[in-house]
Parts: sequence; structure tokens; C-alpha cells
Amino acid sequence: MEHKEINLNLRIWRQKNAQDKGQFENYKAENISTEMSFLEMFDVLNERLINEGKDPIAFDHDCREGICGMCSMHINGRAHGPWDGTTTCQLHMRAFKDGETVTVEPWRAKAFPVLKDLTVDRSALDRIQQAGGYVSVNTGNAVDGNSLPIDKTKADASFDAAMCIGCGACVAACKNSSAMLFTSAKVSQYALLPQGQPERNTRVMNMVAQMDKEGFGACTNTGACEAECPKEISISNIARLNREYLSAQFSL
Amino acid sequence: MSVTGIFLILFLIVHATVNGMIFFNDNGEMFNFYAHFLSHNWLLRIIEVGLFAGLILHIIQGLMLTGQNNQKRPVKYSVNPGNATSKWYSRSMGILGSLLLIFLVIHLSHFWLETKESLYVTHKEDSLFEEMKEVFSQLWVVIVYVCGVIALCWHLIHGFQSAFQTLGINSPKYNPLIKTIGIAYSLIICFAFSMMPIAIYLGWIQ
Repeated sequence: MEHKEINLNLRIWRQKNAQDKGQFENYKAENISTEMSFLEMFDVLNERLINEGKDPIAFDHDCREGICGMCSMHINGRAHGPWDGTTTCQLHMRAFKDGETVTVEPWRAKAFPVLKDLTVDRSALDRIQQAGGYVSVNTGNAVDGNSLPIDKTKADASFDAAMCIGCGACVAACKNSSAMLFTSAKVSQYALLPQGQPERNTRVMNMVAQMDKEGFGACTNTGACEAECPKEISISNIARLNREYLSAQFSL
Repeated sequence: MSVTGIFLILFLIVHATVNGMIFFNDNGEMFNFYAHFLSHNWLLRIIEVGLFAGLILHIIQGLMLTGQNNQKRPVKYSVNPGNATSKWYSRSMGILGSLLLIFLVIHLSHFWLETKESLYVTHKEDSLFEEMKEVFSQLWVVIVYVCGVIALCWHLIHGFQSAFQTLGINSPKYNPLIKTIGIAYSLIICFAFSMMPIAIYLGWIQ
């Protein structure tokens, strides 16, 4: 890979706190290595801001290896930037051209209030998870590994749904700020496995009820969530959620 | 949305088939026969009430859904992804639907209202075919109808697939089938509908 250094014009959302109205501010990022990740570019910029005695830009980050789902940045109109199937930390600066203007915004949704700059409160997703995204297991001896036969295709589909890292890109990308892809992934991962069957109906009803309570929008099947999901979770999970919800409605 | 949508999709098949009778070019004999049958059969009168109920429900649901969804992002993005992540027509169902509603008011005042008037008020036997020829002799009407049908086509291309997804029907086995039928249905229905005013205006149908 050819190593280059590029300069960028950054247009970054600054907001003091949840009450502040917020506005865009322009920054110059100079001599940025194309091998840096997008977050490392922010580190370079923040270091400079700190040295200049200014308030560094607040942004969420944790693992920096694409699995924690913290780096909620809307870059040039795309959740987690222009690459498919990546989080912001896995987005590298070679995705940008020298001299390019890059606009960075926080996730925008009623259910995700901005706390500061690019940091949003995504705890609404946690509350959906707590409403039913679990299996109740009594403690005791561990069961024998092969005592629960599971269809391989279902195990794989369940694992694909369980890939969801709860980053909120689906909500950010959806024109309705709907959390259907997140909720459907969390419902699907249990609905496909025998361990999830006892609480199958109550799980979907409670999680959907919580989702509506949090102020997320409704799904209109545009498919933007699927296109932006860093874990490439399919909207076939949303169809499964709809099936689960329908059958739970009609169950006695 | 999905249930009422599928109901309206089914209605459009009947509507296009009956109106397609004008293409027999038999001075509207076949078309008038079926139009007369549809407007005088008591069972179909009851179904018509159901059709309007479904249509009104679809409109109310659509307006409420769009209205509620629009409130879920109080601060908008400064940069939007455009068509990079979703199709423009899938994002524009509310606008396409509103255009269709305007078109529908014009359409119903042209044909439905007149038919009912002669059926229940003036009690004279009129030829719907003659009415069609009269209405479609005006160029602006033909343009409005073709535009309305184009909006309908995009509305259907998203709506057909979307209805199945909402009802939970999404499987690798049937997805290509649903997609193909949806697009083929939308194109065929809309081609048939747009050809009606064009053919009459150009005098292809006598």
C-alpha cells in the first residue's frame, strides 16, 4: 500500500452539552498519514487542540478494532463513513482525497440525544435489550454439549444476527430513525435457537414495546440500515421480527 | 399499510383488466358491457364500499406513518447519503402517495362521480366508453394521467416488495420471485394504464 500524507478540511459538529444548540466548526488536519484510522486522525487533531489550550472534540471510542460499536460518527452523510461493513475505527484515511472537506456529525435521532460534540446517548438500545434480549437459565450443572441438537443453518443465522454490536448505525442511517434492525437482530438470535423458545413470545412483545417507548420511528423498508450496518446484518431479520411479533400477537 | 396495500394491488389488476377491454377496439362494446356489469351488480356495490374503506385506511395510515416518522429526527443531518444507501422511491413513498391522492381526486371526479350521477341522480344510461373518449380528448388531462401513472409505478415498485417484508415474508427461496413479480406487475399495470389516455388521444381507438 502506497503511503501518503494528506491534508483535510474538517467540518465538525461542536455542542457543549445536551442543552446547547450546537454548530459546525472548521478545522484543518495536516500531514495525516493515509494509514491512520479515522479515530487516530481525531487523536492528532485533539492533541493539537489540547496544546493550543482549546477544548478537544468529544467522541466515543473503545476497542478500536471494530467490535465495540462506540464510534458513532456520521461522516460525509454516511454512518461510519464511506466504506461498507466498517466501523469508524476501521475506516482508514486512504478513503479520503488530499484537500477533501469532510463533514462529521453525531448520530441524529430523537432517541439518541447528543451529550457533547460527537457523543450521543445510546442507552435506549440497552433498555430494549434489557426488556427481553436474554434467556433465563437456572444455575446448576452445565448440560452436555450435544444434548441440544441445533440445525446448522439456524445456528449460523442466529450467529449472523448475534454479530450486532449495538452501534446504532441502523438508527442513524434510517430516514425514520427506526431501531428495527437492532431489535430484530436481538430477537432473531434467540428465536432461532432452542434455548430461546420458552420466552419467545414475551421477548418479542416486550422488546418491541420498549422500542416504541424510546421514541424510535417505524420501519418503511428502505433498506438503508442494512446498507450501513458495520456487521452487515440483513433486513431478513426485520421480516423475522415481524413474523415473531405477529405470531406472538395471535398466541393465547 | 401492507394489508391495505396488497388489497389495492389486487384491485388494480381488476381495474386494469376491465379498462384494458378498450384495446379490443370494438367501439367500447366489451368495455361497456363489463363496466355496466360492475356498476349494476349488488355484490360488487358492497365490495366497492370495502374498496373505499381500504383506500381511505391506506391513506390515513400513510399520512400518520409519515407524520410520526418525520418527528423522530428533530435535528436533521447536514449531509445526506442520497441514493448511496437506499432507493429514492423507497424514501419518497409519502410524496408519491400524496401525488397519487391528488391524481385520484381528479380521476374520481372525471369518471366515478359521473357514473354515480347518471346511475342514481339523472337515471340515464350513459356509455363510459364515450365518456372516456371525451375526457381523454384534452391534452392536459392525458399529461396529468400519464404523470399520475408514473408516480403510481414507483409507488408500486417499492410498495409491492415492502408489503411482503412487513408481513414477514422474506426468504432466500422466494425473494427473487417476489422482486421479479413486483417489478413486472408494476411495469405491466402502469404501461397498460398510461396507454389508455395516450391511445384515445391519438385516435388509435375508435
